[in-house]
Amino acid sequence: MEKISGARSLIKALEKQGVKEIFGLPGGANLPMYDELYKSNIRHILVRHEQSAAHMADGFGRVSRRAGVCFATSGPGATNIVTGLATANADSSPMVAITGQVPTAMIGRDAFQESDIIGIANPVVKYSFQPTKATDVPEVVKKGFYIAETGRPGAVLIDIPKDVQTNEAEIPFPEEVKIRGYHPWTDPDIVAIEKAIKLLLSSTKPVILAGGGVIISSAFAELQSLAEMLMIPVVSTFKGKGAFPENHTLSLGPIGMHGHAEANKIMSEADCVLAIGTRFSDRSVGRFDEFEKNLKIIHLDVDPAEIGKNQTTSVAIVGDVKASLRIFVKLLMQKAFKKTEENEWLKHVTEVKQYWRDNLKLHPGELTAAKILRKLREVMPAQSIVTTEVGQHQMWASLFYDVISPGTFFSSTGLGTMGWGFPAAIGAKAARPDLPVVDIAGDGSFNMTENSLATSVLDNLPVIVFLVNNYTLGMVAQWQRTFYDRRMIGVDQKQCPDYCKLAESYGAQGIRVGDLNELGQAIKAGLKSNVATVIDIPIDPEEDVLPFVAPGTSLKDMILPS
Amino acid sequence: MWAILSILVENKPGILFKVTHLFRSRNFNIDSISVGVTQNPEFSKMTITTIGDEKQIEQIVKQLDKMIDTIEVKRLDDKKTVFRELSLFRVKVSKPSDSMEINNIANSFGAKVHDARRDSIMVALTATPEQINNLQELLAPYEILDIARTGVAALQRGGD
Repeated sequence: MEKISGARSLIKALEKQGVKEIFGLPGGANLPMYDELYKSNIRHILVRHEQSAAHMADGFGRVSRRAGVCFATSGPGATNIVTGLATANADSSPMVAITGQVPTAMIGRDAFQESDIIGIANPVVKYSFQPTKATDVPEVVKKGFYIAETGRPGAVLIDIPKDVQTNEAEIPFPEEVKIRGYHPWTDPDIVAIEKAIKLLLSSTKPVILAGGGVIISSAFAELQSLAEMLMIPVVSTFKGKGAFPENHTLSLGPIGMHGHAEANKIMSEADCVLAIGTRFSDRSVGRFDEFEKNLKIIHLDVDPAEIGKNQTTSVAIVGDVKASLRIFVKLLMQKAFKKTEENEWLKHVTEVKQYWRDNLKLHPGELTAAKILRKLREVMPAQSIVTTEVGQHQMWASLFYDVISPGTFFSSTGLGTMGWGFPAAIGAKAARPDLPVVDIAGDGSFNMTENSLATSVLDNLPVIVFLVNNYTLGMVAQWQRTFYDRRMIGVDQKQCPDYCKLAESYGAQGIRVGDLNELGQAIKAGLKSNVATVIDIPIDPEEDVLPFVAPGTSLKDMILPS
Repeated sequence: MWAILSILVENKPGILFKVTHLFRSRNFNIDSISVGVTQNPEFSKMTITTIGDEKQIEQIVKQLDKMIDTIEVKRLDDKKTVFRELSLFRVKVSKPSDSMEINNIANSFGAKVHDARRDSIMVALTATPEQINNLQELLAPYEILDIARTGVAALQRGGD
């Protein structure tokens, strides 16, 4: 067997995994792997900050359902990706981050650019590796991808000391790996599914709650079949937004702190919920004890530790969402079951939905959140991929941007990472260059990673930044107005920078709009552009996101527009 | 509620950190912990005792089970389990009669006396945490100068 270096074996192992793109930034401790990357056909996409590399890999992973890969050097390079690891892991996104580390002989000596990244990252990754021999590298890569992509996906960190990269050895490439303590596959639990069907059929006010797990396992068709066979209304968590087409008659949209009024209302009235692939986040269900009161919960999730963690369940189904929903549908078909639309509950649901959609009081003015997001929906093709930043614009997207094509909407919902959306959009574009990608952004969030404009332009990954610009940290400002008696501090961004000039300085396109007609034209220009387009949409800084469920309260206690 | 968890893990560096960190990050409590290698040097066994309500303990077991480095997690029934902890007490001897009294207390618990000196006696007891607490209570009036406890090691009885 030919002797090769650990770095060579790393790149070969990544090629064997089918990796085509790596997002990263080189430095002293990962130069050997970059030198090998130079000889490879894998495309390197240079970022301006390692955090963005991680978010790009995350965005790539969410869209492609294959682990996105990012590279960072040791010390500050590695610590800069921690936010990206935590974000991906919180949202069960498959990602493999590969960091350089100081040589093994220097570890623990506070060497230059040394950080204990394994120790630092432990709480925010699904698993981490630090191979100590060049011969271990391919096995670690194989295991890393396996862990990142299977079961409940997550972030994996591989930290490779520099001497492990440079040492040469006869290095084996395993075809298969076995991890004794890791069993990601669970056969669908047919008995539990039968119980769940019985419970759903015996309930009078059932609801389906679709979580992010539906999107992760691409169980869209199965979910739709189930909902239509049983004629059960579908609400989603925010992460599950777009798991079910939001223009479907049975769809009520996301529940939660900034959920749709009709979805929160119906969820509060339900007597039985089939919750699919959700961890019952406090942002989705409000007060845990209030949510489960008077409600029978059927919980289907791939992660057994999620069952009973936040909510008490009546029926627990552990298993892959898609495989389990297929059995649901199959068992219902065996019963030749099809519920008619003529039932009191569904009639009530339709009325409630219609009432709230007709009577939702909106902010007056020309460029309001509702109007601009509905315009975006109107102009963007149905299959477009959407990412969001974190803040008011994110919640307005939840309320006013309907996802028609399932699995095309992505947001940092678990960690709530400002600055995620734009680099994630670039990663999404790398995964699906054939589809338009738009980042629904706020100025506060976009400001955090806007230097990724350089990556977007120079690496030819054009996306639209739909900048809902109130020159303020809008959500914090809303909370200060609502809960802190308008004591406004630390939120005013004072009209700086000029985002159009900023975009132009990077070689991107910047368009400021003054009315809805201009906005429509700007979106069309963005769709046609071969560089990133930042559409700067000034809105009223006082506009609130409503309805709103205050923290620590229940879904039925919504604050409504006055 | 007190629970004894027996956790078989990979015998690799850093696993103890991961397990204890799981408890910290999930806001669970570790009452005692002991770790040692098993008859197979590839595995270590941790015994963790913890306090929580039924739901919390069930969640702890699930989270531990989910860890990739754990091979098996068992919640042991204390009625079907032998569980012991080693404790060492160094007790002050203030007057000559104290020595005999401390010896008598130790004997009544089946504890052993080590390192008897003019001004202190060391008592070692391997027993259940409850018995050790009882011994500690009886030794306290003499003034306990130093104490060391290992945490519980536990094994399920045969045939169960």
